[in-house]
Amino acid sequence: MVQSLDYLKETPSQTAGPYVHIGLAPGAAGFDIYRQELGHDIAGPNASGTRINISGTVTDGFGAPVKDVLIEVWQANAQGIYAGDGAVEEGFRGWGRVVPDFETGLFSFDTVKPGIVMGREGRPMAPHLNLWLIARGINIGLNTRMYFPDEVEANAVDPVLGLIEQPVRRETLIATADDAGYRFDIRLQGDRETVFLDV
Amino acid sequence: MSKPELFQRDREWHPRALTPDYKTSVSRSPNYPLLSLQSSDSEITGPTFGHGDIDPIDNDLLRNYAKTGDPIGERIIVHGRVLDENDRPVRNTLVEVWHANAGGRYRHKKDTYLAPIDPNFGGCGRTLTDDEGYYIFRTVKPGAYPWRNWVNNWRPAHIHFSVFGTAFAQRLITQMYFEGDPLIPHCPILKAIPDARAIERLIAPLDLNATIPLDSIAYKFDIVLRGQCSTFFENRPEGN
Ligand SMILES: [Fe+3]
Repeated sequence: MVQSLDYLKETPSQTAGPYVHIGLAPGAAGFDIYRQELGHDIAGPNASGTRINISGTVTDGFGAPVKDVLIEVWQANAQGIYAGDGAVEEGFRGWGRVVPDFETGLFSFDTVKPGIVMGREGRPMAPHLNLWLIARGINIGLNTRMYFPDEVEANAVDPVLGLIEQPVRRETLIATADDAGYRFDIRLQGDRETVFLDV
Repeated sequence: MSKPELFQRDREWHPRALTPDYKTSVSRSPNYPLLSLQSSDSEITGPTFGHGDIDPIDNDLLRNYAKTGDPIGERIIVHGRVLDENDRPVRNTLVEVWHANAGGRYRHKKDTYLAPIDPNFGGCGRTLTDDEGYYIFRTVKPGAYPWRNWVNNWRPAHIHFSVFGTAFAQRLITQMYFEGDPLIPHCPILKAIPDARAIERLIAPLDLNATIPLDSIAYKFDIVLRGQCSTFFENRPEGN
């Protein structure tokens, strides 16, 4: 026998269920309880850079919208700095919660476009949002990233996009431009399933 | 890189994405393998919260929505520590909870179960862990409730937990169950977890030492988030 390793094991995940909004976004569940709900304002009033809107849907294996999804966003500021990892604008948190319309499943949120973030071994990562999806039927939260269509050069050398062998799969992480800003549809399954990340 | 990398997540310890006895997972589980990434700043940084974000009453579900009196139900305390896999406390991290009322009904516009709404119970709370990683909530014990999966599925009494940690890749949502609940072995959501030892980790024991005599019964629920690597290659004045 050998000594036993004394690491603890991570608490196992369980689905957030259909009523996740009660805990994380009670206003969406239909009631008002806290002085302030968290996650409504990703960039804050003082953030520099380009103000953008991002909308889309999350769809299941049938192509039907996942109306009870909740998405968390984590992003750097326009200089590529994450809050807590360096100086950022007063009020910039870079984190938010997004709940789609319960009738249509369409989500929409405002933020600023993030800058290039330095990655491993000094390799720059193209501007991107980190997204985490939870919903009924999702046993463990799904991580993915959204990249920008107008960052062709940066995307071409991005170390994460570069790990995706099939071009058609790489495209699932790149938003498209639309009238309001950017459109990003996430497909949990089926045709053009989004690339999800084990981070 | 300014912060240590995370231990790889043990995906065989967690429920798989596709667990057909939990029917909704069938069309909501990715078919392709996840793309595995080494940690970058995008994963090892994460949002932080402070006492300006929340109010002291937010962790008291007996009072944070009370209109005309206390909510109906068995008064309980749920408390414990948030640790990481290195057995270190996770300090000042946001813990959010939500659960059904004593009758098994959620205050949610999509919940239509026939059990009544409790006018004095909102069903959510939040708090920050202290310097030891400790948290505490006061609430009523939630009721079991039926759900449409098989025709006769009942969720064991449970409290949903959301925890942050210090890295966005530590983000975790789980559910706490209560010692002795006879519905536990019958729950397809709980049985989505393949390892019986992992299931036990979600069942909070009765904690008589933490009860308030003649007032509230207590359950203890410790939560473990992913650990961070130690390396010899970087100076970390705060210790590894
Ligand atoms: Fe529930």
